[in-house]
Amino acid sequence: MEALFLLIPLSVALVFAALWIFFRASDDGQFDDLVGPALRVVQDDDLPPTDQQ
Amino acid sequence: MDQHYNYKVVKQFAVATVVWGVVGMLVGVIIAAQLAWPALNLDIPWLTYGRLRPLHTNAVIFAFGICGLFATSYYVVQRTCQVRLFSDKLAAFTFWGWQAVILSAVVTLPMGYTRGKEYAELEWPISILIALVWVTYAVVFFGTIIKRRVKHIYVANWFFAAYIIAVTLLHVVNGMSMPASLFKSYSVYAGVQDAMIQWWYGHNAVGFILTAGYLGMVYYFIPKQAERPVYSYRLSIVHFWALIFTYMWAGPHHLHYTALPDWTQSIGMVFSLVLLAPSWGGMINGMMTLSGAWHKLRTDPILKFMIVSLSFYGIATFEGPMMSVKTINALSHYTDWTIAHVHGGALGWVGFITMGSIYYLLPRLAGEHKMYSTRLIDLHFWVATIGIVLYIAAMWIAGVMQGLMWRAVNPDGTLTYTFAESVKATYPYYVVRFSGGLLYLSGMCIMAYNTWMTLRNRDTAVARIPGLELA
Repeated sequence: MEALFLLIPLSVALVFAALWIFFRASDDGQFDDLVGPALRVVQDDDLPPTDQQ
Repeated sequence: MDQHYNYKVVKQFAVATVVWGVVGMLVGVIIAAQLAWPALNLDIPWLTYGRLRPLHTNAVIFAFGICGLFATSYYVVQRTCQVRLFSDKLAAFTFWGWQAVILSAVVTLPMGYTRGKEYAELEWPISILIALVWVTYAVVFFGTIIKRRVKHIYVANWFFAAYIIAVTLLHVVNGMSMPASLFKSYSVYAGVQDAMIQWWYGHNAVGFILTAGYLGMVYYFIPKQAERPVYSYRLSIVHFWALIFTYMWAGPHHLHYTALPDWTQSIGMVFSLVLLAPSWGGMINGMMTLSGAWHKLRTDPILKFMIVSLSFYGIATFEGPMMSVKTINALSHYTDWTIAHVHGGALGWVGFITMGSIYYLLPRLAGEHKMYSTRLIDLHFWVATIGIVLYIAAMWIAGVMQGLMWRAVNPDGTLTYTFAESVKATYPYYVVRFSGGLLYLSGMCIMAYNTWMTLRNRDTAVARIPGLELA
């Protein structure tokens, strides 16, 4: 199964890349507030103003 | 310019989604009819099932589906990062480049040019164009993330990001081929190696386009439409990373009982079973977002689209792992049960969440408060839902029946049924499936009319980027 010689190292590399991104994001404080971001998205008013542009 | 969001490209992609949806589903209905009444290929080579079927899959996945993802990801990344797209020119290139890809598919596939790889049929020159557009897409998306004015990257963007990166990788690995002429190339892998690469690609495309991409829509458009925050933001992060870490190895379940080594098949099965957990994490999280707002389903057909889409996601992600169990696969493999499974996911999950999200977007892109007609959205919802139920139920029954007929043996060890007998027995189910598909297509035509009426005579809305007080 030579195909696996390509796919398995690729997957392993990807998992480590994902781990690296995860810990970087985590250290950066991306996951510190797990309540606020959900609320902020709902608060963003994307409807046009009622009296029109 | 930097004071406003780029709605132009979002609108272009949103309209393209609707147009290609009609086209792709129409081709689907035609080939469904051909299966019931083969004479409908009219003895014209370009209209035979073998050539139109890849056109159907390419049109619904890459044209309808991915245009929908382009539209929503460009909208979501701008609104949640509170910044205009990284580059208007590159964004415009992704739009026209992607339309060029789709048009070349529309021309080359009926002519019979194909790499012979499912969901990766397009010949090498088009394949290169896809890669080019995709890298540009990544530059626009990640460029926007980098120049964001909100420190936190909203979870929907993580899903879109994963989908963009994964598709790049999958497309490059599976796209490796040796051109023999301008319109013919051969895969650099051979035999079972090629099959393994192909289904590593194929199933991860399901995982990263048809799952991760659309979960990005779920995490933005459901909270927005329900006006409720995500049920558990923590769960959304956890199940995102769980999906990323476990998805890559489900592919071999497409190759059960083939020349692929047995242990590789088993790995594929185990990973597919594991996927049930993160998949249902996402489904439950989306559903529970409606806690305290369930009454809205009574009056809001857009929300109905979104929530029913999650139910189909739940069904498909339960059914999928079950079908990957070898014993069950022995019955389901090569039957129409697979078609039922795919369309539960495609029509129910991908189709509905895309339609819901596009219905959310269109009025905002036109500077309106709602679509031209809410009643037509409701009509679309019911027509499409009935269509899906007919479609899936017919294919479920047909699939199990075919599986049982093919494995039936007489006491002396000979087969009870010939293959042609199982084809004949499937005929009524093909007719039901055709009518289900026809209903689903009519729903899409209703959407196209509603889109036309909402957008006509209206300029693209100019939306100011709010101040930084929210950051």
